[in-house]
Amino acid sequence: MSKKCNRLVDVGRRQFLRGGAVAAAAAATATTAPARAAPANAQLDYPSNKLANIADLAVNEPLDIEYPDGDSPGILLKLGEAVEGGVGPDGDIVAYSVLCPHKGWFLNYNADDRTLNCPGHFSRFDAEVGGQQIWGHATQNLPQFTLRVDDNGDIFAEGCSDLIFGRPSNVL
Amino acid sequence: MAYKRQIDRLPIPPANAKVHNVTCHYCIVGCGYKAYTWPRNQQGTLKNNAFGMDLGEQQGADGTWMAPSMYNMVKQNGKDVHLAVVPDHGCVVNAGLASIRGARMAENRPSRVTGTQQQRLSDPQVWRNGVWQPSTWNDALDLVARVTARIVNDYGEDELVVSMFDHGGSAGGYENTWATGKLYFDSMKVKNCRIHNRPAYNSEVHSSRDMGVGELNYSYSDYAVTDTIFMVGANSLETQTNLFLNHMVPGLQNGAKFIMVDPRRTVTVNAAEEVAGKDNVLHLAIKPGTDMALFNAILTHVVDQGWTDDEFVAASTFQGGEAVAGGSSQPAGLGSLDYAMQTCRTSLEEAAEICGVSAGDIRTAAQWVAKPHDDGARRKCVTAYEKGIIWGNDNYRTIGALVNISLATGNIGREGGGCCRLGGHQEGYYRPSDAHVGRPAEYVDQLLINGGGKVYHIWACDHYKTTLNASQFKRVLKKRSDMVKEAMDAAAGGSREELVDAIVGAVNAGGIFVVDVDIIHTQIGQNAHVILPACESNEMNLTSMNGERRMRLSERYMDPFGNSKPDCLIAAGMAQHMETALRNLGNDAYAEQFKGYDWQSEEDAFMDGYNAGNPEVTYDRLRAMGNDGVQEPVVGFEDGHLVGTPRLYADGSFDRHGRDDKRALFCAAEWRGYAAPGKAREAANHDFFVNNVRANIFWQNQFLDQDSDFVQDRFPYPFIEMNAEDMAELAISAGDLIEITNENGATQGMAYPTDTAKRGQVAMVFGSPAGSQGNVVNPGVSELILPEYKLTFGNVRKLADAPPQAQAVTFKSKEYKA
Repeated sequence: MSKKCNRLVDVGRRQFLRGGAVAAAAAATATTAPARAAPANAQLDYPSNKLANIADLAVNEPLDIEYPDGDSPGILLKLGEAVEGGVGPDGDIVAYSVLCPHKGWFLNYNADDRTLNCPGHFSRFDAEVGGQQIWGHATQNLPQFTLRVDDNGDIFAEGCSDLIFGRPSNVL
Repeated sequence: MAYKRQIDRLPIPPANAKVHNVTCHYCIVGCGYKAYTWPRNQQGTLKNNAFGMDLGEQQGADGTWMAPSMYNMVKQNGKDVHLAVVPDHGCVVNAGLASIRGARMAENRPSRVTGTQQQRLSDPQVWRNGVWQPSTWNDALDLVARVTARIVNDYGEDELVVSMFDHGGSAGGYENTWATGKLYFDSMKVKNCRIHNRPAYNSEVHSSRDMGVGELNYSYSDYAVTDTIFMVGANSLETQTNLFLNHMVPGLQNGAKFIMVDPRRTVTVNAAEEVAGKDNVLHLAIKPGTDMALFNAILTHVVDQGWTDDEFVAASTFQGGEAVAGGSSQPAGLGSLDYAMQTCRTSLEEAAEICGVSAGDIRTAAQWVAKPHDDGARRKCVTAYEKGIIWGNDNYRTIGALVNISLATGNIGREGGGCCRLGGHQEGYYRPSDAHVGRPAEYVDQLLINGGGKVYHIWACDHYKTTLNASQFKRVLKKRSDMVKEAMDAAAGGSREELVDAIVGAVNAGGIFVVDVDIIHTQIGQNAHVILPACESNEMNLTSMNGERRMRLSERYMDPFGNSKPDCLIAAGMAQHMETALRNLGNDAYAEQFKGYDWQSEEDAFMDGYNAGNPEVTYDRLRAMGNDGVQEPVVGFEDGHLVGTPRLYADGSFDRHGRDDKRALFCAAEWRGYAAPGKAREAANHDFFVNNVRANIFWQNQFLDQDSDFVQDRFPYPFIEMNAEDMAELAISAGDLIEITNENGATQGMAYPTDTAKRGQVAMVFGSPAGSQGNVVNPGVSELILPEYKLTFGNVRKLADAPPQAQAVTFKSKEYKA
């Protein structure tokens, strides 16, 4: 079976973030399954979760995150060069789901060529080009999290570009 | 910036959704899927749904998940319904795996609601008043039949040229090959016909069949239990994806060695190394087109080392020297192993010189193929090949030389063995005899180029993208069809009789009347006069068999788009209109030949054809066999199940050649260098070998994917893999538009820097709508009219800086990196 790349897991931060994510997920569940259904919004309400502060990031050293909830792992990554869709003062911070959108295996980050690779079936995605599938079996590019950076340098995830593997809705 | 779907939620199939068996219609593997359909105003819940799972829980790896591409909204019995097409975990072929093609089946359906595939043809189109005008079936078929009947009645059936699919899956299948076969081979005896990917009506593996060995003789399960996978000229991770992942990978995990013969390093080689370890993978990157010398050296070493399966050779192969002499329609002599060895004998060193790989590596390959285990047990080896040699140098002898090795080592008809082509489309051939076509068959492209034929019927073929010598073919066909268009324009406002007279006049002056049956308006369709809209698998019921002869019924779950129809019913309509037209010409006897097409459905066509020859096999019985189906040939029906055949030739008798002794023959495969006309000269006079390759993303469905944002975002132009130093010398950067040229024409693509590409070799993807590789393939063919797309040489130059779309894509290596 697959094994997530945990090179850079910061256990303390991870636990802290998980607490926030679970609270947000619980709130989302409450709004989607009431006894009498309120009219559904045309788009999902995503939680705004703090992932890290810019000061926590080093170039090309991915940080493990979870978004929009604790069951959806991802990485937050500072690339060192501005990319389309990148945020922060250098326009170089991106975040992706690391569940392969083919069969849900954990992707490994390869820092040498800045790609995310699936050990299950050999798919790979380019972290520098919006998670575009370089080669593989997935029928979409990697779900990319929408990021916002506030004046303090705190980085928040507030949306997602594509459906995350293993769920019918990004917010369950 | 990568294409984003911006989809973050999907409808949930309810527990009472209708479930349909689906076999993916794109490639030969034929993965099993389940299609769920349910009314537009209903949906399931997280807890109560068609998957019987709690969808509120995050699914783990390999779990059931409906990707956005697996969803659409389509018409079913005239009503809009939700559609989900998800891979079937219960199917033995793919065990729940989905390829990048099959997982997009739902999305690649035409939908008026979601706007997908609006390029699909909905109505017949007739060239009228200078443009194509939509019309009715009766109007369109009447014109087709009147012109066709006039020509075959007055000038003979040789003036009717036909291009038609012969395969299974989409644009094929037993129903549709039967109907078209009945029309052209039974009601008529059309001999000037060709197949979608080659310029004649012929086998791609004559030699294997002549040797007694049908080319799909194993079961996919053989890969898991073999000792060695010997792959030649194929790239299975891209082109038989789930055969590789679900059958070959387990074989490698079980300890099998892997040999790849291919001038190019591919993702398949890389993945095999990842699974088996580099020590267990041997990539023989031979000089293009030298496969036969390699095979002959392996065979020679096997014979000299005494690694042949003598018992098998004695019992199952011909013993008396020469059995079939070489001749005009017989490219090589066939006979006993000793007889073949007189021609095939090649030393390791000779082959190393010809092939450009080391003698040691060839010796290793021979050991991995045939050296018995330490305990004396024979070695099991699956040999699998495809276009690298089918479309390569000297088709007949090269494939014969490969089959020789499997026969000499007793590796056909046994568990863990097999000598098989890997295949492209599924198979689905059931037609009346084609014996009248002859051998060698007519080289139809040359016939058309030289002014032959007056009427041209095209069924699901787009030769402008997928034939050889395509530049000239396009030029001539356009010119000839324009003559008819001009005549039709000039006859505007006249009666139907006057129109037919005008068309006949134009074809007698060198023009050609073109009828194109397809699901979209193709490039060759630009030069048609009548365009007839067909439907795809699952818009009709369709039967086919996969690369291990596994036959399934892929069920209809939606209506044909607009007024499109199954090909079999279009052929039936054409035949009925032909009957009428011939009666109107006063030829009742001829008209009578067009009776027997009163089918109401595709099932009627199936019963008229396949079932008549295989009475055990019916739609109901196939439906009951589900996505696992039954492996052909079907030998019975017991306890409510069709009984199939897991492996051919298990009793050691070989019959594909039709010989009474049922003994396999060896091929006297003589190495002759580049054998087809013009190839050696082309190789000598150009800087680059131009390999012709495939990509998993749009292999077998590029015609639909030209309308897919996801696919176009990745490859807006056909890629041309190229060595970085070659690029630097020619001042070419990643994504630049480049041109490949030679005496045959020119084509364009997008430079894709590839660190594993050899200098002086480029690899261009085949069949692209945005650049036809066939433009630069010379007209040279083998004796039996097999094209040699793979053996092409040209020069490369920069056309333009990378267009904006190309600047936006990734150019990183396609190889998985842990």
